[in-house]
Amino acid sequence: MVSLRNHESTAPAPRARRGGGPGAAGRWRALPALVRFPLAALAAFTAVLALTSLTGPAEDLRIGSVGYYMLAIAGLQLLIGYSGQVSLGHGAFMFIGAYTMALLVLHQPAFPLWLNMLLTVVVSCAAGVLVGAATARLHGPYLAGATLALAVGLPALTVRFPELLGGSNGLAFSVRGAPPALAGVVTTSQWQAAAVWLTALVGLVVLATVNAGRLGRRMRALRDDESAAALAGIPVGRTKVTAFLISAGSGGLAGACQAYLLGTATPSSFTVALSLSLLAALVLGGLGSMWGAFWGAVALVYVELWGQELAHSLSLGTNVANNLPIVFFGVLLILVILIWPQGLHGMFSRLAGLVRRGR
Amino acid sequence: MTTTTPDPLLAAEGITVRFGGLTALSDVGLAVAPGTVVGLIGPNGAGKTTLFNVVSGVVRPQHGTVAWKGRVLRAHRPHHLAGLRIARTLQGLNLFPGLTALENVMVGADRLARGGTFAMLTGLGHYHGDERRLRERAMAALEEFGVADAARALPATLPFGVQKRVALARALVADPELLLLDEPASGLSGEDITALGEAVRGFSARMGVLLVEHHMDLVMAVCDHIVVLNFGQVIAQGTPAEIQADAAVAQAYLGAAEEDSDA
Ligand SMILES: Nc1ncnc2c1ncn2[C@@H]1O[C@H](COP(=O)(O)OP(=O)(O)OP(=O)(O)O)[C@@H](O)[C@H]1O
Ligand SMILES: [Mg+2]
Repeated sequence: MVSLRNHESTAPAPRARRGGGPGAAGRWRALPALVRFPLAALAAFTAVLALTSLTGPAEDLRIGSVGYYMLAIAGLQLLIGYSGQVSLGHGAFMFIGAYTMALLVLHQPAFPLWLNMLLTVVVSCAAGVLVGAATARLHGPYLAGATLALAVGLPALTVRFPELLGGSNGLAFSVRGAPPALAGVVTTSQWQAAAVWLTALVGLVVLATVNAGRLGRRMRALRDDESAAALAGIPVGRTKVTAFLISAGSGGLAGACQAYLLGTATPSSFTVALSLSLLAALVLGGLGSMWGAFWGAVALVYVELWGQELAHSLSLGTNVANNLPIVFFGVLLILVILIWPQGLHGMFSRLAGLVRRGR
Repeated sequence: MTTTTPDPLLAAEGITVRFGGLTALSDVGLAVAPGTVVGLIGPNGAGKTTLFNVVSGVVRPQHGTVAWKGRVLRAHRPHHLAGLRIARTLQGLNLFPGLTALENVMVGADRLARGGTFAMLTGLGHYHGDERRLRERAMAALEEFGVADAARALPATLPFGVQKRVALARALVADPELLLLDEPASGLSGEDITALGEAVRGFSARMGVLLVEHHMDLVMAVCDHIVVLNFGQVIAQGTPAEIQADAAVAQAYLGAAEEDSDA
């Protein structure tokens, strides 16, 4: 489990001393979380707006997908990287979020998007508390097994309640695009990508705030040593459940964003493969940093795309073509982790360090 | 020095703990008054750590009570100790390896935060003030133990003696009224042990100390009162001089003499 530990705390030290000196970077880090994280999110949001103004509808959807995957992976990062609880079933919370969103759009068409998102967070957090409380005494492989069972079992509900959840075809619905006033200015896909990113970034700001403060420290303490954390007054069980709650809320919100972006919620989107992909993307991106969630999400969306394109250009049989993206991802994961145990984030910080030294 | 015996901070009475067929503690009693250092000694497996576990709510005794400031603790759990203002160090180092030395001590200071869950989740309210308060307190504690230089280092990169000091700083940062020390001298060199002894005497000005230790010179030098356990029973108690002269104690330690010499 050593690899799960976060080394972020030591990372900023050399960075602050080198390059631009303690000036800019140091002053940035000294800003209170309440200012620093929303500012960073605002910058990211502006970048996404600029990017989607250049791209077409298909690319907008992919950019939107990066947004919600990033949120789901960042939530998983908090659970696994910080609180030390391994979940192999995080797709289940995305499932809950997606179906909550779909049901709200279908049955309460008057509700605005932000309210649906908010209600989704409430529902998935509640699910997270239940799961967290039920598994709080489980460790390692037992916890992994229990969460895996959840990811396997939950999508089966759709077949069990076909009238409500649409069976194996799932639920399809149409979402409102840009408001009429902006009709000529932004396309529907641009609007959707922006809405997803705004939601994801708000979620990320909360996650970053938690990580940087007392709750994040409590989680990392109990991850490292439960007995010592308890003796320091940390309520171990409650903190673990809180981690589950936050992480389930992020997963649910990500699922809601996915449903909103695609206009569907189908059980086949939430297989165990999704849960495992989230975990793999987290490791690939880099445990212990929010950047890791971003790189992991980019890899999840674009490696799959490149795999499909490659299979297409080689005109492979469907059997091979369907599995090529997964193989692609697997090979990338192994290579990156072998060279940079801190994942893509580790790779990029290393490269940035080299560039800075070269100047 | 007060002439009347002050009410004890901690009073354990008639504690009996069985693990299956093994009786780890049998009718053990012990009291720690404010401002005193009480030593708890005995050969390996005598039940010292088990008594700490009973006091900290890790192990529930089959019989007996633990009273804190005159109030019997019935269903307390380890994470309640900090709020009761009881601090305990574990027999190992048990620092958090993924946290810097400063963060380790900040975890120990968690009790001093004012904000609740809302602040921790949103960054509003006491969030920022708490971070600053805990950081300042933790830094002061590291300074007190002369290891402020190590603040930004991960524990594994620090010399053992420094790690021990960080662990002590973590236990003491939240101003406990009672400190439970489980073998604080193990693994330390001679001069570090002398420094530790002085530190423990210093603590006793502010709090009661219950000290489990195999290092007899240290125990005899710092303790006001000593309780000797053997096979889960109190076989002697008294001042260091009385314990040194006690035949039963010498007898109990004869068998363990070789083990101790190579520790
Ligand atoms: N949780 C437990 N389950 C079963 N037996 C236990 C448990 N904890 C302690 N024991 C047993 O109780 C006895 C007392 O152990 P304890 O750890 O209290 O001794 P100790 O005096 O602290 O010894 P040492 O000096 O080696 O630390 C030992 O025989 C030990 O094996
Ligand atoms: Mg012991």
